[in-house]
Amino acid sequence: MTPLLSVQNIRKTYGTRIGCTDVSFDLYPGEVMGIVGESGSGKSTLLNCLAGHLEPDEGRVVFDTRTDGPVDTVTMSKPERRMLGRTDWAFVHQHARDGLRMTVSAGGNIGERLMAVGDRHYGDIRDKAIDWLGRVEIEANRVDDRPTAFSGGMQQRLQIARNLVTGPRLVFMDEPTGGLDVSVQARLLDLLRGLVREMGLSAIIVTHDLAVVRLLADRLMVMKDGHVVESGLTDQVLDDPQHAYTQLLVSSVLQV
Amino acid sequence: MSDYNFAYLDEQTKRMIRRAILKGLAVPGYQVPFASREMPMPYGWGTGGVQVSAATLTPEDTFKVIDQGADDTTNAVSIRKFFENTAGVATTEETEKATVIQTRHRIPEAELTEDQILVYQVPIPEPLRFLEPRETETRKMHALEEYGLMHVKLYEDISQHGAISTSYAHPVRVSGRYVMDPSPIPKFDNPKLEMDAIQLFGAGREQRIYAVPPHTKVVSLDFEDYPFEATKADHPCDLCGAEDSYLDELIMDDAGNRMFVCSDTDYCRSRRAAGHEGRLAKEDAA
Repeated sequence: MTPLLSVQNIRKTYGTRIGCTDVSFDLYPGEVMGIVGESGSGKSTLLNCLAGHLEPDEGRVVFDTRTDGPVDTVTMSKPERRMLGRTDWAFVHQHARDGLRMTVSAGGNIGERLMAVGDRHYGDIRDKAIDWLGRVEIEANRVDDRPTAFSGGMQQRLQIARNLVTGPRLVFMDEPTGGLDVSVQARLLDLLRGLVREMGLSAIIVTHDLAVVRLLADRLMVMKDGHVVESGLTDQVLDDPQHAYTQLLVSSVLQV
Repeated sequence: MSDYNFAYLDEQTKRMIRRAILKGLAVPGYQVPFASREMPMPYGWGTGGVQVSAATLTPEDTFKVIDQGADDTTNAVSIRKFFENTAGVATTEETEKATVIQTRHRIPEAELTEDQILVYQVPIPEPLRFLEPRETETRKMHALEEYGLMHVKLYEDISQHGAISTSYAHPVRVSGRYVMDPSPIPKFDNPKLEMDAIQLFGAGREQRIYAVPPHTKVVSLDFEDYPFEATKADHPCDLCGAEDSYLDELIMDDAGNRMFVCSDTDYCRSRRAAGHEGRLAKEDAA
């Protein structure tokens, strides 16, 4: 089977400081990959390199496109990469405000990607928007409200709906549950798990919350100071950590 | 002759503007940056249009200025006087006789011909501006033809008002490529953007020039189930009886009486001269 995303020796430096280096992994269709590590360990740098927001200094990010098969997204042309960014890829930001248009209604937010790929039928766009609001558990009568009138958890769910409406195959998530209270987090995780399974999505989730990866991720990568220190099946890594840093990380979680 | 160089601007500046105009004509709808000069009038009063007119005028030209369709409002009168003083060109109020027409917010009702140039004053040339505030990003969006956001604006209109409520400056796609702000003309005028004359757009404060060459395809953006409609007040003109022209609504008294008159004063005047009469034509004369 061809991997959906094949990352080969990604390296990104900021001057002499290392963002991330020597990162390689394959992600297969339907697989969810977690990336954990402390602040400043290079998780977000890596994610932004993979999603095309940052240009890596070295390495290849080969994505299995629908039309042309595996293509290196680092060297592909900018229009092609941006096209991927609004069709086959989705990016869920930590802060919903970064991923939403706060001055546009919920329906418009969800419809934007549809219109960007050429949908020109108002009725269809609106039906899809309402359908997706339902899937992320927002009432249909909020379709014309602006995200500013939504709670933090609703904004995050709206951001997810907006990203998934075009049926992407790969979702990048940067701390999707950051800044939400625990009960809202639990609902969001439950929702995400349902959507990922139902749509057969592949996802890369960056987080520092081990509970999130325990619930969602099939495989786990632990990063420290820009390097991958350990990787493997989630349960394996969390239950039997080998690297000293992973042991520290696992033991730091407060057991209630 | 006046003490000014012909048409106020120096020759180097006019050459620079002409280069921008030619580039604009070569790439229809593309906003060409140019080094806009300080003009002896405030921004927002047509500094862009005036510079384009100055670079376009020749001593043989006949010049006409309209402001919201009218020849006799402050903006139109002062710009007309400006070029009478600095260029000494002939001026006219008759659309047919003019070779260069500078306009603010209207396209004349009379059909323009191949030997005429229509110069628009543009306040904000970027159609995506209120949706995406970053200039770096809007330029990228134009370059990559990412125009989904423009439809988000129209979507919002329909979801809030039940119809595309953008009544002026309705965005258009020029020659199947660039999305363009046609300046704040009423959307009634949008179908007229496909014409025989050259159309030049000048934005002084924003330092942009763009153009639509003659016979270029100009499509107003819409949805399949909410097609574009060129709307106007559903009345005939009360002075000349015209049913096909864009109308201004005037409130006559505090008893609710109102009258509708052509916004294009020259069109209305020429129709009345030809004997057409509207509902209030007699009273107006009295």
